[in-house]
Amino acid sequence: MTPILSATDLRKTFGSTPALDGAGMSVAAGEVVAVMGPSGSGKSTLLHCLAGIVAPDSGSVVYAGRELSAMTDKERSALRRGAFGFVFQFGQLVPELSCLENVALPMRLGGTKRRVAEARAREWLDRLEVGEVGAKRPGEVSGGQGQRVAVARALVTAPKVVFADEPTGALDSLNGEQVMRLLVETARETGAAIVLVTHEARVAAYSDREVIVRDGRTRSPELVP
Amino acid sequence: MSIGHALLGLLETGPRHGYDLKRVYDEHFGQDRPLAYGQVYATLSRLLKNGLVEERGVEAGGGPERKRYAITDAGVTDLGAWLVTPENPQVYLQSALYTKVVLALMSGRSAEEVLDVQRAAHLRTMRELTRRKQGGDLADQLICDHALFHLEADLRWLELTAARLTELAKAVAE
Repeated sequence: MTPILSATDLRKTFGSTPALDGAGMSVAAGEVVAVMGPSGSGKSTLLHCLAGIVAPDSGSVVYAGRELSAMTDKERSALRRGAFGFVFQFGQLVPELSCLENVALPMRLGGTKRRVAEARAREWLDRLEVGEVGAKRPGEVSGGQGQRVAVARALVTAPKVVFADEPTGALDSLNGEQVMRLLVETARETGAAIVLVTHEARVAAYSDREVIVRDGRTRSPELVP
Repeated sequence: MSIGHALLGLLETGPRHGYDLKRVYDEHFGQDRPLAYGQVYATLSRLLKNGLVEERGVEAGGGPERKRYAITDAGVTDLGAWLVTPENPQVYLQSALYTKVVLALMSGRSAEEVLDVQRAAHLRTMRELTRRKQGGDLADQLICDHALFHLEADLRWLELTAARLTELAKAVAE
């Protein structure tokens, strides 16, 4: 399958600490790939490079045939806002906005009219089974509800790739399961690929395959007999 | 656990008497269950019959305990294949994986590869259980979750071991 997103020989050093040391991976359209590895192995840096949040020192990231490093900052921002969606462990919702406004935000930033954006946001909150929290602020909802709002916000722009970094890391088992189920189900329905960074095997079990990161290098089990 | 393979692994470091094999086996893997002599000789005679070990000299006095055994080329190949064949992911993995990791380190093979193939096999089973859970009723979900939590525990042990391979290699070499 042709990858929609691929990274080759990525190197990145923070100060004198190498975070990536020749890492690479690819993601096909609609595929769910788990990126696993111990703390400090470089898996989050890999995700940040793939998403164009962090520029690698060397190596290349290609999305839909285009090299990320060859894009202008403006193009990369547009890509992150439109083609990419993000779900982090916590702290991604704007506390001053209601949950509904949070979900509508990426569309508003992209120029969609408020009424249209909020109607779509409402549909997404319903789809994530948290229609009732629309008027509340993120501080007033539970952790599990907050993560579902975050998933709704990540998917509302119909992204091609969703980057999820420990999306259930701050949740208990039951809420974690529900968030994973909804994230993967809705991504499958919309055809979005997911790059799922996790150190939890039960979360990784929602993926189609895994990439292992250790000491800044990647290993794919399909290369192992 | 395959005692035959464990003995092959120990013989790869050099020919040994049956008694010697039992001693080294017990030292590394026999914490809960030391090998019986009968088991050692029965296993050796099976390995001999299958051409995986050969006799390498007999000390005066005769008797099986005087024979020295050495691994053959076929034995080395067999051992190598076993080490990188993942264990069937069961709810309790017991000591098979630990034995493989130690034997890989002893014989200078890649213990990381042993862990990698096992991780992949575990994750495959966990994916199947997760799919079953998603399509199932509450009973299915709870049953699958039980297995998933146990398999996850294996994997947590596996990752911890992966992080401590250098330390373990030193301990094994002592």
